Amino acid sequence: MWDHEIRAMASSHAIIAASVFMATVLPAVLLPGFSVYGSHLLWLYSVSGAVTAVSVAVFWLLGITPPTKKHTLGYKLSRLFRSCLYFFLSCLFFHTVVVLYGAPLIESALETFSLAVLLTSLTTLRCLCVLGPNVQAWIRVFSRHGAMSVWDTCLQITVACTVVGAWMGAFPIPLDWDRPWQVWPISCSLGAMIGFLTGLVAAPAWIHYHRKQLTYKCK
Amino acid sequence: MKVRSSVFASLILIFEVIGVALFLRGFFPVPVKSSFSSKSLNLLQLTKYPLFKRVVVMLVDALREDFVFGPSGRMFMPYTRHVVERGSSHSFVAKARPPTVTMPRIKALTTGSIPGFIDVVMNLNSPALLEDNLIWQAKTAGKRIVFYGDDTWVRLFPKHFMEYDGTTSFFVSDYTEVDNNVTRHLDSTLKRDDWDIMILHYLGLDHIGHISGPHSSLIQPKLLEMDDILKKIHSALISKEAEGSLPYLLVLCGDHGMSETGSHGGSSEPEVNTPLVLISPAFKRKVGMEKPGVVEQVDLTPTLALGLGLPISQNSVGRLIPGVLEETSLRDQLRFLHLNGHQLSCLLKDSVLEYEKEAGFEQFRVAEKAHGNWMKLYLEGNTSEVLTNMGKKVLKQYLEALAAMSSALSKQLGKYDMYSMIAGMVFVFQLLLVLLLAMPEALSGGAAVDLPVLSSLLSLPFYLLCLLLASVHVLVCTSAESSCYFCSLSWGLVFAAVAFSSAMFCILVSIATRRLPLGPKIRGKWSLSELDVLLLAGTIGHTLSLAASSFVEEEHQTWYFLLNTLCLGVFQDVCRKYFREQRGSGEEEEHLLPSKDCHASDHPKAEIYSEKWLALATPPFTLVCCRLLRSLNQTGVQWAHLPDVGHWLNSSEHKMVLSLLSAFCLVLIYLLVQRRCSWVSKVALALGLLGVYSYRAAVGSVLFPWQHSSRTTSKGTVEARFVYVFVLGILFTGTKDLLRSQIITADAKLKSRGLWEIYSGLVLLVSLLFRAHNLPVLCCCLLIQTLMAQFIWKKLHYDAAQTTIMHYWFGQAFFYFQGNSNNIATVDISVGFVGLESYVEAPAIFLTALSTYAGPLLWVCHLVCYLSSERDRSPVAVGHGCYCLALMRSVPAAAYIVLVTVLRYHLFIWSVFSPKLLYESMHLLLTAGVCLIFNTMEQSHSSSKS
Repeated sequence: MWDHEIRAMASSHAIIAASVFMATVLPAVLLPGFSVYGSHLLWLYSVSGAVTAVSVAVFWLLGITPPTKKHTLGYKLSRLFRSCLYFFLSCLFFHTVVVLYGAPLIESALETFSLAVLLTSLTTLRCLCVLGPNVQAWIRVFSRHGAMSVWDTCLQITVACTVVGAWMGAFPIPLDWDRPWQVWPISCSLGAMIGFLTGLVAAPAWIHYHRKQLTYKCK
Repeated sequence: MKVRSSVFASLILIFEVIGVALFLRGFFPVPVKSSFSSKSLNLLQLTKYPLFKRVVVMLVDALREDFVFGPSGRMFMPYTRHVVERGSSHSFVAKARPPTVTMPRIKALTTGSIPGFIDVVMNLNSPALLEDNLIWQAKTAGKRIVFYGDDTWVRLFPKHFMEYDGTTSFFVSDYTEVDNNVTRHLDSTLKRDDWDIMILHYLGLDHIGHISGPHSSLIQPKLLEMDDILKKIHSALISKEAEGSLPYLLVLCGDHGMSETGSHGGSSEPEVNTPLVLISPAFKRKVGMEKPGVVEQVDLTPTLALGLGLPISQNSVGRLIPGVLEETSLRDQLRFLHLNGHQLSCLLKDSVLEYEKEAGFEQFRVAEKAHGNWMKLYLEGNTSEVLTNMGKKVLKQYLEALAAMSSALSKQLGKYDMYSMIAGMVFVFQLLLVLLLAMPEALSGGAAVDLPVLSSLLSLPFYLLCLLLASVHVLVCTSAESSCYFCSLSWGLVFAAVAFSSAMFCILVSIATRRLPLGPKIRGKWSLSELDVLLLAGTIGHTLSLAASSFVEEEHQTWYFLLNTLCLGVFQDVCRKYFREQRGSGEEEEHLLPSKDCHASDHPKAEIYSEKWLALATPPFTLVCCRLLRSLNQTGVQWAHLPDVGHWLNSSEHKMVLSLLSAFCLVLIYLLVQRRCSWVSKVALALGLLGVYSYRAAVGSVLFPWQHSSRTTSKGTVEARFVYVFVLGILFTGTKDLLRSQIITADAKLKSRGLWEIYSGLVLLVSLLFRAHNLPVLCCCLLIQTLMAQFIWKKLHYDAAQTTIMHYWFGQAFFYFQGNSNNIATVDISVGFVGLESYVEAPAIFLTALSTYAGPLLWVCHLVCYLSSERDRSPVAVGHGCYCLALMRSVPAAAYIVLVTVLRYHLFIWSVFSPKLLYESMHLLLTAGVCLIFNTMEQSHSSSKS
């Protein structure tokens, strides 16, 4: 039914996954002393940056973002500004949630905030790309039976996978194994990353296998 | 037989408590204790005849038997091997008892007993060894002891050593520095003459084992180093040897071995077998390598004690190593053996009921008599060959008697009573399965379970099973070589247990067959919301996490994590409800609007708005509260050392802040609790809370505003009793209201007020028992309860099962918020003295249990009050709640029993798993008690309905 869209989704996801891979491998080749555990924050920023840039480019090229009514420059600028604002607010939101989960308040604030940035660029950014800075649409998509297109379903799956991945990433922290990846926030960010990649694979596959059952209400 | 859910759940819980008690009895064997005082042995003027002048004990942690005696021994420890083969020495393989962990092994080596697991609980909060032991005896006899090595010794024997230097075994990766820290003292100490006993405990080998196992390349240099140290000590002792004085004794031993992977704690051969080398000029010179004899590790204790001329410690089960005596006269040998036998027979008298039937005891009596005859002849000056032969015969008799008595004693010790454990486990699991299978009926609208008791009691399989189980019991009990608690029960009890177990089995099978065809229908009916999935996954995940020692140590993290996720889930539900509704009423009329909130339009709009925002704010507020409480008390192990707010508040310069905070909290508690009480209880509550503050002021933890004179801090007995009076008063009023509502008026309102009054009495008692810095915990607990009940549980229409599980989670988290952990050391025993002049056992235990489990209890009591006040909405809510509570408690308890049984040889069984087992059983007991209260609640409900 939506073969075309599924194919577009799969290829865009492949590009994003490739960008994650490149953002890990390229600095490791170019920069001496770069490693995922050792210089974790650097890896975190490089991956966040790559995912942000590639997602924005891919979704802009695909043109999924709902068409705007006005095409004035001012309106576009205000949209851009609002998107940036939402991005920042979302970082703060994730930071707060992580602190509520028990991350130290002051001690490793930078690490916590970096994790929040990673989570934002993996989840909120996709929402911004697909839905635009429109809170009502976000609430609709993330409430039950709220998806109205294949892309909405895809968004639900990837966001859920990422958040659950980060959530599960916290499990090994209390274990007394003294491994390098148990240091805050490595296990959580790795969990989020693995969850995100799983989501990227799972979303097109799930939609493909359930395409008969999926029916969307038109607006 | 139809049973209501609450009755069913309480019955199951009570039987589970019995099953767990049986399990505990098997898991913690009662230790052998002697009432006989070892001081009486002093009468025999022992101290005049020591065999050795000075003793050096060189204990190498995790020294395996084959490191010295094995084929590689010649290469690894050449000097030791030379001494063993050619020197004047005795060498043995000493068998250690599991758990092969350092601390219990040190206890075994010094007390001579095999420490039981219950000892952990017995000397609660006191790391020092209180039992009679070798070190203490040596110190009282005026021996000067020097110790270098593992600081476990320093903790076990504070103030016993003339000189000591403890090294911590904290950094396992360090295996050179720990040993250098011991060796650096050697040169100077060996030159001096001012000590009698020197103990060295080397940790490096154990660390290497943990890092890279027994075959690593690091082992050889370490053993060579140990060999050099032994050589150094030996030559120093030889050079000091003076003609005419008593000889020295050098002991090389290990506390436990090392498994093939390098760890220890279990009971495999390489872990249990340790070398024991005794070197002294008093021994005969060896001519070649002999196969070392096998002794018990505890045999070293009486040997050292007698060798030093000290009394044998009273709980020692070891027997003298006869080789040590070979060069002394026959008279002395017999005397030493008699002393050892006397001590063992006294211990046997105290620990075994039918001690006279023990073979060893009888043999000892015979030997003693023969010894007497021999002495008579000896003193008469008889020196014939006959006398020597007779003496040899007495010696043999003594040795046989010692062996028999020692083995009879050690059978009682340090062993798991597997049969009792399995019996307890089977009980608990049958009950859990019945509980699980009855779920659809118990949670149905009728809230009643149909138990086919009569039909299963009259069925043939029941009688067959009874016969089978009884025969199994007889078979096990007659063939068991060690003592078993379940076998020592009277026949009536055992038969009742057998009949009960087989009846449960029959019931189980018949319920299961009844359930089987229904399966798919039920599955289709149940659709799980996200919150249900979370509650289910959280419960299962928590149960599974108990298998890892770190997760048991840091269990509070699990609960905080789950609680946070729960709050976020609830937050999502709230958002969904209010935002969807708003949209629904605006755009699509009846399509999205939930029908149940139709009456909302009756209220003025402003009220709906304020309610909406309050409901939206509740979960984030709860989250913030939990985050703050979390930093109040740091518990667990890994992060327990971090500074927390509780310590900050308790420091003397912040007394003012603490006073203001606790005053504020008490006011808030009053405001939150008083709403639902009658005016009498309100007054009593206010006075009681005032009393709580003055009690804290009297104890000296807070400041009293109008009393600046620095009065000496009293115990606050008067103030505490003042509060107790009001607690009792409030409880009495509540009970009176409850009774009146049942007997006279059948008034639901009066009844709910009575319940809330009882609840507020409990709150007052807890606020008295909580330390001042913990009052915010109580305060937040009440605040969250009020808000959640008002805006979440009522408004979002959570059913009784969901509400119960949420209450249970909150209760668990609050258990840790108040500073508890799964370690026994965090139990605050001082609570037992509140309002008491001296220690009285029953109230002290009650108060300690109450204050330790205050969090879970308060939440469960709130659950009772909430569910029974919500009765008009769902009349069976109390039954459902009770059933869910029983289920939530039995699943982790049953799973934990199995885990502990599987992990019984784990390295941390003592330090981590056993205390948790005690906490878990105590919690089960309390929950059974609360379920009975549920029961009476529902009972009265049904009676008032009829």
